[in-house]
Amino acid sequence: MTKLLECKNLCVTIDGRTIIDDISFDVEENDFICIAGENGTGKTTLTNAILGLVPISGGDISFYGISKSDIGFLPQKLKVENNFPASVYEIIMSGFVGKSFLRPFFTKSQKCKADDCLKLLAIEKLKNRSFLELSGGQQQRVLLARAICAAEKLVLLDEPVTGLDAASGAGFYELIKHLNSHHGIAVLMVSHDIERAVGFCSKVLHLGSGKYFFGKSEDYVNTDFFRNYLKAGADKDEH
Amino acid sequence: MSIEDIKAVFTTEYLRNALIVGLLISVCTAILGVELVLKKFSMLGDGLSHVSFGTLAVAAAFNFERLELSLVVVVLVAFLLLQIKQNSKINGDAAVAIVSGSFMALGIFASSYSGGANTDFNSYMFGSIFAINRGNFAISVAMCAVVIAVYLLFYNKIFAVTFDESFCKATGGKSGAYNLIIAVLTAVTVVIGMRLIGTLLIASLTVFPVVSSYRLAKNFKSCVLYSAIISVAAFLAGFALSLSFEKMPLSTGVIFSNLFIMLLCGAAVKIKNACLSRRRTVKK
Repeated sequence: MTKLLECKNLCVTIDGRTIIDDISFDVEENDFICIAGENGTGKTTLTNAILGLVPISGGDISFYGISKSDIGFLPQKLKVENNFPASVYEIIMSGFVGKSFLRPFFTKSQKCKADDCLKLLAIEKLKNRSFLELSGGQQQRVLLARAICAAEKLVLLDEPVTGLDAASGAGFYELIKHLNSHHGIAVLMVSHDIERAVGFCSKVLHLGSGKYFFGKSEDYVNTDFFRNYLKAGADKDEH
Repeated sequence: MSIEDIKAVFTTEYLRNALIVGLLISVCTAILGVELVLKKFSMLGDGLSHVSFGTLAVAAAFNFERLELSLVVVVLVAFLLLQIKQNSKINGDAAVAIVSGSFMALGIFASSYSGGANTDFNSYMFGSIFAINRGNFAISVAMCAVVIAVYLLFYNKIFAVTFDESFCKATGGKSGAYNLIIAVLTAVTVVIGMRLIGTLLIASLTVFPVVSSYRLAKNFKSCVLYSAIISVAAFLAGFALSLSFEKMPLSTGVIFSNLFIMLLCGAAVKIKNACLSRRRTVKK
């Protein structure tokens, strides 16, 4: 397996608070890695550090044979200015902007890829609609399409199913799995419902306070990390 | 406005110059304004116009009034402002206010030192239809053409950085460079436009047409297009008003027309929404 990305002894400190402390893991071609953990354990910070959106304070992040312009990204929350006039198609095409600094217009193959994404996500009919008129689930699909357009080798998804009902959430995971296995895109996905996501991913990175787990998902389900997580969830349900 | 007035526009050099440069400036402010308003950075144009005023007033005190000088200074300040905005804890609006206030104070001091509020002072503050002379006409037209051309070449990038800056940055886009392009283009537009429209009012031309257009548009492209069309129409109307009423300066005519169009567009949106909701209730 070829390595795409390696995080070595990664530390991130924001305003004097250590969010990520000495974490090492790597992403290989065709991996589907799920990042799990309680709130506040640094899942989003980790993805932002990989994307260069927050500075790292220690350790290394190395890319092998890929650059940032081969990476797609679905943010956790996108604050869109009220009244921002943007059509679905304009937003999806903006996924290609990082590919070249000077080329002013999009290429034919990029337009074809965007059309394929629209089809894949079943949002062809929304192509010319205004983004702000769409429902939460539809908006999420549009942003996933933009991420796929940007992704050549690797896609980072930060809680992609937030705000979706259970049925569309499962459909979303199927879709991501399809991308991973049929289009050869490695996936790094932050998820808060690991009990569902664990059925789709190949590896899990579980962040805890002070300790973490990184390994195959079949090993993960036998760890205390997973058991405690399920237990905490069950306790929450009882209350 | 009579036929003679219209004839005069084409035969009198200063009127023709003012019309051509004014139309180009209207397009530039309208298209750049879309980004500035949507990025919540509307103050940038205003701040830069004050910087431009300060530079011109100081240069005038030394008898060295050159358009090129203010172009260089204002572009540099725009660049610095962006660095402050990105790298420090002072927020963007505060940084703009500090810088523009400092330059304004410097400019007022310089013009009072060099002989009080003279005609130059007045024309920089309020703009003048006579401002575009043979000496600065060519450079004004060329600069506007450059602004529009660069904008079109970077249009897709500018959209991406306006819509979602962190996505753009995360996926390999040079978001810093695109922001800089927006700031530099704004600086150039303001320096050229303030001669005609004045320090005090040039920045509002980056806001009025955008507020008129963005509620009507369903996508970014049409928003930019509507904004440019509205801005050009408002300039033509303002130009005509200013020729018809002797006591009405060009800048006020243009602003009044913009305000009128903005109110019309606001009403159109309200009526459209009311019709839509009525249709919905009828369906139910």
